[in-house]
Amino acid sequence: MSAPSGETFRERAGVALKDGELRANFRRAMDGLMGKRAAQFADADEWQRLRELGESIRRRALSKLPDLLEQLEENLTKNGIKVHWAETVEDANQIVLGILQEKNAKTVVKGKSMVSEEMHLNDFLGRHGIRALEADLGEYIVQMAGETPSHIIMPAIHKNRKQIARLFKEQIDGFTYTEDAKEMTAAARAELRREFYEADAGLSGVNFAVAETGTLCLVENEGNGRMCTTVPPLHIAVTGIDKVIEKLEDAPPLFSLLTRSATGQPVTTYFNMISGPRSATDRDGPEEVHLVLLDNGRTRIYADAETRRSLQCIRCGACMNHCPVYTRVGGHAYGGIYPGPIGKILTPQIDGIGQYGDLPSASSLCNACVEVCPVKIPIAQVLVRLRDEAAGHCSRPAVKESGAKKSAVQDMVWSGWKWMHENPGAYKFMSGVLTKTGNLTPATVPLLKEWTSVRSKPKFAKKTLHQLAKEKGLADE
Amino acid sequence: MAGRAYPQKPDAVYFFGTCLVDLFYPEAGMAGIELLEREGIKVIFPQGQSCCGQPAFNSGHRDEARAVAAAQVKLFPKDMPVVLPSGSCAGMMRKHYPELFEGHTLEEAAINLSERVFELTEFLVHVAGVKLQDKGEPVRVTWHGSCHSQREMGVLDEPKSLLRQLGNVELVELQREKECCGFGGTFSVKQPEISAAMVTDKTEDIERTEAKKVVSGDCGCLMNITGALEKKDSAVSGQHIAQFILERTR
Repeated sequence: MSAPSGETFRERAGVALKDGELRANFRRAMDGLMGKRAAQFADADEWQRLRELGESIRRRALSKLPDLLEQLEENLTKNGIKVHWAETVEDANQIVLGILQEKNAKTVVKGKSMVSEEMHLNDFLGRHGIRALEADLGEYIVQMAGETPSHIIMPAIHKNRKQIARLFKEQIDGFTYTEDAKEMTAAARAELRREFYEADAGLSGVNFAVAETGTLCLVENEGNGRMCTTVPPLHIAVTGIDKVIEKLEDAPPLFSLLTRSATGQPVTTYFNMISGPRSATDRDGPEEVHLVLLDNGRTRIYADAETRRSLQCIRCGACMNHCPVYTRVGGHAYGGIYPGPIGKILTPQIDGIGQYGDLPSASSLCNACVEVCPVKIPIAQVLVRLRDEAAGHCSRPAVKESGAKKSAVQDMVWSGWKWMHENPGAYKFMSGVLTKTGNLTPATVPLLKEWTSVRSKPKFAKKTLHQLAKEKGLADE
Repeated sequence: MAGRAYPQKPDAVYFFGTCLVDLFYPEAGMAGIELLEREGIKVIFPQGQSCCGQPAFNSGHRDEARAVAAAQVKLFPKDMPVVLPSGSCAGMMRKHYPELFEGHTLEEAAINLSERVFELTEFLVHVAGVKLQDKGEPVRVTWHGSCHSQREMGVLDEPKSLLRQLGNVELVELQREKECCGFGGTFSVKQPEISAAMVTDKTEDIERTEAKKVVSGDCGCLMNITGALEKKDSAVSGQHIAQFILERTR
């Protein structure tokens, strides 16, 4: 199975919808994740209190982001961590390449990092003769299959056990076919263990960058994050400028919200706090630690008070786990780096409305994501904002390629709609016509054709509620 | 809704029928009106009403939405509750009007209106305090709550509590009760394949309950769900909760 292909979200989604195995994989996985999360937040009051705290921590950090970034750089530098600023993914890739080349590094083991996905780092390094190996089990599987992550927390969630067993059989020398998860994990572990020892450098993401102390926090379950950041002599962390938090005491509530929302775990197996390279008295740890802070459009998202709220995200993935659209089409259909509801708001903002302006329409605005977001990002509100931007009707356009989906036909349709619904006389006339003749409309006309693919034609009533209310003698005012 | 302060039972209310009810389900609107009148409440139906503006608002055409919404805001001047037989349109007026009219001349009137907006079952339970006497035959039904009713209006249990007042009605809940049916207004025609997959799953969930009827408080969902049930010749039919309650209690 490969990622659904197609030019538009609708095309890719159409392909995914026909893949019964893919749909079953997602449904099963998302049901499990929703159940686990619900069990973690059984106490509704505790949940509300904690998410309000989480939201306030993220909004406070964003409110003083420029200052916090300066403070972060200062404290990281004091701790011996070298800080690099990258405006674009090209800049970030060049910085990482430069650091690696200076050390003559040829192999890099990687912890999970969505920012490195934004950078398409593995491909970039490969073109420069450097081998990057994913060490997170899910990412390891995805890389082996030549795919991209379909979920930000569980990158290989689109595959079931059998599909992974077949992949391992094809790709790992000496793998004895088994569908036993433990045995498969052991096989991957044996491969990876050797790589950790031999790699010239380790690369990781960052969950929270603490400005006050200059600490990089890394949340993970498999220990690969710790291996990547401690075993090789060089550690490079890459992250977005939005990941900064003000104080160390801000980390525990966010950590709790993150793990409980993401996988329904009270805590993860590992919580790494990286505060510098190996000191003279340390017996292990990297000799050098670097942090690359990537902008890639975030400053633009930051500049508008409404879109800024997209940057509150702590990347838990709960929005996709609970999304009825994501559950049915999977992550690859979105076409960008970040799938699901958060991807629908981030991708068009990062990469522009020209290419991704259709994503905000791929939502029924059911608000399931809003309900579970641990930092209260108003995802539905931002989706509607992006629809305004796409259609070229935003009063204060701020998003990249705003208006790229402007359509004269749509403008005409909505202008007509407006006229009919703001003039009672026009509305009465139109509703009268529809109740008399609307049912004669053939099911083959556009829109009705789409509607009737799985539904019968809606039936106009013989009389409108207006007429019935009048006949009943209801007061008008 | 959690935290919402409900007023005393008033002498009169405004009724906003919504455009879908007006054109496709007027009998649901009339049933809602009758349920209110039966509680001794006078119902005022401004004839100038049309649509809350949500279709344009959700489609990136905010100015058109505001123009249509403005025409509605002016129709409900008296300090009186405005009752809607739809959680989605109620959510539009209650939650989005203040934002839609921010900085516009009608802002104050829109905020004032938003504070007086009630979804029908919410109003029947919390304001009118209805007590229902079931006169119907034993029947098994299931309930579909709309996303906006649940998540914008905070109305989740009210309609089910009304159904539970009906002695001969056995309410079997859906396995994925809180999951969207796939309507989403223009979503259903802009992303027809996903919408179709969602409503197909919803009808399967409904049929698994072995209910005779699926009852809902939103005509968008109903049009979607009953359309899909009809298309596959399902034995299950759909009905708006106001009509269902009225038929069993009069």
